[in-house]
Amino acid sequence: MPDQLIFAMEVFLNGLMAGVLYALVALGFVLIFKASGIFNFAQGVLALFAALTLVGIMDGQVPFSHLINAVFGTDIHHFGWHVPALAAILLTMVVMVALAWAVNHFIFRHLVGQEPIILFMATIGLAYFLEGFGDIMWGADIKKLDVGLPQGINTVIDEVTYGIFGYGFFIDNLDLWATFVAALLVIALVIFAQYSKHGRAMRAVADDHQAALSVGVSLNFIWVMVWSLAGFVALVAGIMWGTKSGVQFSLSLIALKALPVLMLGGFTSIPGAIVGGLIIGVGEKLFEFAIGPMVGGATENWFAYVLALLFLVFRPQGLFGEKIIERV
Amino acid sequence: MKDMDAEGYTTEDGRKIGGVLMEMRNITLRFGGVVAIEDISFDIREGEIRAIIGPNGAGKSSMLNVISGFYNPQEGEVWYKGAKRPHMKPYQVAQQGIARTFQNIALFEGMTVLDNVMTGRIRQMSAGMFAQALWKGRAEAEETENRAAVEKVIDFLEIQHIRKTPVGRLPYGLKKRVELARALAAEPSILLLDEPMAGMNVEEKEDMSRFILDVNDEFGTTIALIEHDMGVVMDLSDRVVVMDYGKKIGDGSPDEVRKNQAVIDAYLGVAHD
Repeated sequence: MPDQLIFAMEVFLNGLMAGVLYALVALGFVLIFKASGIFNFAQGVLALFAALTLVGIMDGQVPFSHLINAVFGTDIHHFGWHVPALAAILLTMVVMVALAWAVNHFIFRHLVGQEPIILFMATIGLAYFLEGFGDIMWGADIKKLDVGLPQGINTVIDEVTYGIFGYGFFIDNLDLWATFVAALLVIALVIFAQYSKHGRAMRAVADDHQAALSVGVSLNFIWVMVWSLAGFVALVAGIMWGTKSGVQFSLSLIALKALPVLMLGGFTSIPGAIVGGLIIGVGEKLFEFAIGPMVGGATENWFAYVLALLFLVFRPQGLFGEKIIERV
Repeated sequence: MKDMDAEGYTTEDGRKIGGVLMEMRNITLRFGGVVAIEDISFDIREGEIRAIIGPNGAGKSSMLNVISGFYNPQEGEVWYKGAKRPHMKPYQVAQQGIARTFQNIALFEGMTVLDNVMTGRIRQMSAGMFAQALWKGRAEAEETENRAAVEKVIDFLEIQHIRKTPVGRLPYGLKKRVELARALAAEPSILLLDEPMAGMNVEEKEDMSRFILDVNDEFGTTIALIEHDMGVVMDLSDRVVVMDYGKKIGDGSPDEVRKNQAVIDAYLGVAHD
């Protein structure tokens, strides 16, 4: 087998892994959009906030310590304990549910029946607020996140591929874990949405508020639930990305990578978010590998957006989105 | 009305009607300076078909929205099953067993007929999120039970052939029937129908009338309906409230209402002086 093809295969696999991470972020968007019609610009910041909170709790950081020290002239930073990863993840989830409640109670409850663009603007506001709030609460420095997920080259794949091709593939253990977790998450979400009482109620709310009320569904309860779910997906994405590249402000920018994924997959489709993520992940890695050297590289920065643009022209509803039919 | 008392009465076709299930006491509803409902009182008795009629803009829909909790009246009290109902949200009213349909149909267009009717059972599903997630014991039994109830309603309203069709693709008349099925699936104490025949042709109207009578007969469901088609209402209902400009101008059996001068004036139109 020619070397080029073997390299391409490795690039392809790495692309799939990167795609899974994109899909994870895109999932959060799709969830909220399906259930409330809100395009949640704050999803990326939600992931950052979740990761910050997780690190903060694990390291026993005192929340708002800078603020407290500045006001009272004290010098406290740490409680001096360390919380085990699993407990910290559960505590972070409690914080995310509380955040979901607050977001609904103080913002979206008051915007029922408003135009989608108004709701969208509200999420932009929320994104900026959360960004600042996260900074004040946990500090702006880059943090290392380690919840005990294995990292580094997967030796089994390395050896097996070396045996076959005479060249060992470099696949990161973390990426394999991310794939596994994402698959679990998606299966759980689909089962939840299709077969559970609350999932059915969630779909009902997404479809028609009035009708949902008339069968006894509380809109507030469902919205808090949906934001909590989005918070949960954000936490998972935050853990994966945070472990990979550290918890820092740029984590919130992964939201921008989710946009082309959504345009490809369609804003209303959970399978679409997955497939869209994989296509973008594989596409940008292969493109960089094949075309990159000819144009001076760095194609990964723009490839996804150009692909999304092409989709907007030829298939605006995305691969799996609901077909847009305008009745006149 | 024959033998009207606290225990109930007997209809002209010999059905026994029970005691008061719901009572509206001096309801007044305003939107800003506009008075939609002015000091209206009436009751709905167990097992009867009660109609609220009146010309356009009489306040019928507002009244239905008060009953189902979508509007809260500024004055007056709603009594339900012998107790005064506190301020409630629509979903809480629904959970109390008051199901409704809408004049402009409010179905979940993206879901199938079966899924739509299943949402009617949300009130009956009590197994928590985690029990359901684990899909064990009670949740499973409950799901089976709910499916059985839903299939019964689907059978009853003769919509088996479209069970798996997305509602968005159905014609208007069938949508109305699916909406009725969803309300019935909730096994309501009171079924509220907002203009169930609006926009239907004669054949569809006859079908719908038959279903309404059958529902009342088969399940003993108390039905309150709004309609402005006088003919249909008179054939269907046991007692009729007539509204005009937000006021009650008549209340009684169809025959009594038909002879009421104020009602005749409202429908045929006389000069107001």
